[in-house]
Amino acid sequence: MLQPKSVKEVQEAVNTASTAILIRGGGTKTALSSSSGTETVIDLSNLSGIVEYRPEEFTFTALAGTPLVNIIEMLAENGQWMPFDPPMAKIGSTIGGTLATGLSGPGRYRFGGARDFILGIKWVSGNGEMLSGGARVVKNVAGFDFPKLMIGSLGRFGIISEITLKVFPKMNSFGTVEWDCGCIYDAVAFVKEMTRTPIDLFALDLEPAGIVRARLGGLSTTLNNRLARLSDYRDGASIILGDEELNLWEQLKEFLWLPHDCSLIKVPITPDLIPQLDTCLADSQLHRRYSVGGNIAWIGWSGTIEDIDTLLSELGLGGLLLIGESGTPWLGTSSVITGFADKVKKALDTEGRFLPL
Amino acid sequence: MLSTFVDELKGMFPGNQLLTSKAELIPYESDGLTAFKALPRAVVLPEHQSEVIDIVRLCHRYSVPFVPRGSGTSLSGGSLPNTDGIVIGLNRINRILELDAEQRIAVVESGVINKNVSDAAYPYGLYYAPDPSSQAVCTIGGNVAFNAGGAHCLKYGMTSNHVMGIKAVLPDGNVVELGGPSLENVGPDLVGLFVGSEGLFGIALEITLRLLPIPEAYRTVLAAYPSMELAGDAVAAIIASGLLPGAMEIMDNLTIQAVEESVNAGYPIDAGAVLIVELEGELSEVEEEFVNLQEIINKSGAYNVRSARNQLERDLIWKGRKGAFGALGKISPAYIVQDGVVPRNQLGAALAEIDSLSEKYGVRVANVFHAGDGNLHPNVLFDNREEGMLEKAEALAGEIVKMCVRRGGAITGEHGVGMEKRHFMTDMFSDQDINQMLKLTNELDPHGIANSGKMFPVDRMPGI
Ligand SMILES: Cc1cc2nc3c(=O)[nH]c(=O)nc-3n(C[C@H](O)[C@H](O)[C@H](O)COP(=O)(O)OP(=O)(O)OC[C@H]3O[C@@H](n4cnc5c(N)ncnc54)[C@H](O)[C@@H]3O)c2cc1C
Repeated sequence: MLQPKSVKEVQEAVNTASTAILIRGGGTKTALSSSSGTETVIDLSNLSGIVEYRPEEFTFTALAGTPLVNIIEMLAENGQWMPFDPPMAKIGSTIGGTLATGLSGPGRYRFGGARDFILGIKWVSGNGEMLSGGARVVKNVAGFDFPKLMIGSLGRFGIISEITLKVFPKMNSFGTVEWDCGCIYDAVAFVKEMTRTPIDLFALDLEPAGIVRARLGGLSTTLNNRLARLSDYRDGASIILGDEELNLWEQLKEFLWLPHDCSLIKVPITPDLIPQLDTCLADSQLHRRYSVGGNIAWIGWSGTIEDIDTLLSELGLGGLLLIGESGTPWLGTSSVITGFADKVKKALDTEGRFLPL
Repeated sequence: MLSTFVDELKGMFPGNQLLTSKAELIPYESDGLTAFKALPRAVVLPEHQSEVIDIVRLCHRYSVPFVPRGSGTSLSGGSLPNTDGIVIGLNRINRILELDAEQRIAVVESGVINKNVSDAAYPYGLYYAPDPSSQAVCTIGGNVAFNAGGAHCLKYGMTSNHVMGIKAVLPDGNVVELGGPSLENVGPDLVGLFVGSEGLFGIALEITLRLLPIPEAYRTVLAAYPSMELAGDAVAAIIASGLLPGAMEIMDNLTIQAVEESVNAGYPIDAGAVLIVELEGELSEVEEEFVNLQEIINKSGAYNVRSARNQLERDLIWKGRKGAFGALGKISPAYIVQDGVVPRNQLGAALAEIDSLSEKYGVRVANVFHAGDGNLHPNVLFDNREEGMLEKAEALAGEIVKMCVRRGGAITGEHGVGMEKRHFMTDMFSDQDINQMLKLTNELDPHGIANSGKMFPVDRMPGI
């Protein structure tokens, strides 16, 4: 395993690698960062640190191996944050790993995901060149949007070395309204109603048993009235505040609900498809959450990867294996790579130095 | 070769969908950047997606260049024709295919006019957020190709942040579907890569858009300042306060005068600058934020502050801003709009530098811009009938672009590189960066036919 401390050392590592390169950030997504033994592992945990932070510009630039927690702390000191709620921060995820995996937490609902906050990147290509895309300002359309392409690319196109993100002012108080809708069908119907409310929901999640949670963030002076108004949408609302509320979302973001013997799979979905997926999963007593207004299913799976792969394919869904055994990470329909991605791969990693798509 | 190609095209479109006579072609010789002109060999106006695919396949077979064109409002020469190629006009591919209000999704063909999406979503309490000032005429396909912005990018981002899926025909005739109806995705963000590709990756046929609930309340404030500097400082103060307005726009005195002459929006005609700030969102939040905003503005040196009391007054304030480019067109025979971005704390210095450049060249520059995100729009006004003026205006515009990069910014915030800014790509990107981009276009477009000649410096383009 190589542990470069500078971009130059990353370039050297790429140039000397004799087998396909597997990139590791914090190693928290085990299915994506564990080696099967044959790859050259480049671990970026030493390529860490803030390159530039301009609070008045609401942007920062960090090396890829910088732990999320360091960034979150730095931003918080200036009343700022990444509103897309990057997950798995507490267990050691890095900014590079988060973006390369394309992960966002429940807060993605309000202002968009990791893809919507990335402004610029630098990366080391397969032939050891240092390349860049995007810019350090909050608005820019010059050149192809390589920063976005790298979101979710799992290190297949190059090694991200440096990232510029925009950030937002942090809301100063939060509260959550919870309803028990009784079953997944009613919960989904209610979520669809809630996605059109003029109340600015910060997050909107649901659980298989029919629990719906809507989170508000904003000024402390208006929060209580807003929560009361939100509660009126449906009978049986309960309001959660304070530490209890923070912990609730924290444990969703950190996947504390996931049993140790389960794999974790992310499945992009639409609300309409949730009941069908949920019915298929219900038989096997699984742990699962539906987040971002019913646009992501997080599935805890204790069966074989082949089985979930087949199930997702049958439902016409794609998935990404995050925690579990390493192997093919893309499941279901997402394993059918379009002709477009193949061509991009050929242009960016012509010699196939990184893992195949 | 080209004549057999045109014959085959005539075989495919025997009626009035194919334009070949000079008189018919002239309306297509320029886009919004009228200083650049070129006549294509033909213009074809497909009415169905399948026709677009057939045309692209034919172009690929004959290696004939094609330029996709929406409404031709590009300000960077993005849809400027290629003299030995054709223009594919996409305005007739304009069906809204699906409007799923419950999941807040619209699936539209690429020729659909931007504003028509919001109009269609309106009965459901939804709208499509990106609002370029040209929204009443520009197409979603053109927006996607350029990653168009607008006045409300600060809070909700650009076109790219609202596109979830794209069906496109690649330059080699293959049809691909990228992304889908979910807000989330796994795998590389190919939709993100396609948006902003300026027609070089082929033609977007169908686009899945995210719709948002119409904000419950707006507070729109118009503040007049004696100088641009004070208006710029006010923007910095608002941002620093932690407020996140939907929009923050500045116009200088020259623009104010032009706007007042043309649309009469009620801007104070003597102001050195006006600032528009719009808060939007939930009523109680907006009202509270409005109190904070007023406090900041009252301390910012504004000598005249007006808040819209109703939708009519709000529309009037915006009418001036959205009509600004058109108004400038009336006070000057020609103009070049620059689109550079600077870090927000450099706004004041950048504007001062534009002023002195304008003086040095003896060419008027009117400023109207998206101050909230540092996206300048200096309009270089000139008389193109006067010998040498275009060159002079271009030289001045060029200096402005370079200045933005020097200050840590970008050459274009939303109008795209197109034809006009391709020589400045090397100011922002290294040779290796540009080679990587070219390698990608070569892979996707082996014959170099899709909007070729745009985005990259001429000497870098193979075969041109
Ligand atoms: C008065 C005025 C105000 C403006 N205000 C703004 C503003 O506020 N913000 C902003 O961002 N822009 C603004 N613009 C610029 C312009 O309107 C945008 O760039 C818009 O996105 C262009 O859309 P269009 O349909 O006119 O595309 P066109 O000008 O026809 O084409 C633009 C580019 O897209 C390509 N293209 C078009 N359709 C497709 C397709 N289906 N697939 C692939 N490529 C395609 C073309 O080849 C070209 O490169 C303004 C322009 C004017 C004239």
